[in-house]
Amino acid sequence: MRLVAIGLAAGVFSALFGVGGGIIAVPLLVLVARLSEREATATSLAAIGITALAGVAVFGARGEVRVGYAALVGLPAVAGVLAGTSLQQRVRASTLTYGFALLLVAVGILLLWQ
Amino acid sequence: MSATTIALAIALGLAAGVLAGIFGVGGGILFVPTLVLLGLGQLEAQATSLLAIIPTVTAGALNQRRYGHLRVRTAVVVGVASIVGVEIGAQIATSLPESALRRLFAVLLFIVAAQLVWRARRSERARYPESS
Repeated sequence: MRLVAIGLAAGVFSALFGVGGGIIAVPLLVLVARLSEREATATSLAAIGITALAGVAVFGARGEVRVGYAALVGLPAVAGVLAGTSLQQRVRASTLTYGFALLLVAVGILLLWQ
Repeated sequence: MSATTIALAIALGLAAGVLAGIFGVGGGILFVPTLVLLGLGQLEAQATSLLAIIPTVTAGALNQRRYGHLRVRTAVVVGVASIVGVEIGAQIATSLPESALRRLFAVLLFIVAAQLVWRARRSERARYPESS
């Protein structure tokens, strides 16, 4: 039942923002479902696959999905995710975390600026 | 689209993948702004991001399965339950004006940045409990 609630929340978030919903799912899988940090991130990735598929079906029907653009960012991301998951096995990567936090803040400011 | 723009999009796509792999997210948090910078509308960027997420998380989940961290049954329950959420989220997203959606997204970026810092500090404390 807890897992269903986690999925529901992640799904709303995913379709509202065009993200996977892992931002919601990972902490909940750790705190509520008692998975370890690595299990939670791994399990979140697989769950997101189903979530994003549903999202593509809904938005694709409305003609909002641009396949070429998705490939342009999604294919480099495949290389990135293989590096990211391997890296995760070896380091806690907290330095990298601060770097990403900074990047997100910069991108957020850029979006507000536009 | 200039060569510089394409190079930037590829670099941000790569960064989104690394982020996805380390934190177990889809990478949409970087895909969406990248697609907006490429000229897509906010809703179009969000919809397209969902498609870019699919190969990303598939590769990530397969890699994590090799390491033995993937809980398949849990993932299926969460994933299938999320489909109902997706319907609700899509209703809200399509009823909001694009400008509101974009501002909400920017706020989301700041919240996620804060969450990343919180998670990093938490795992540092877990490693060095005596220093906290």
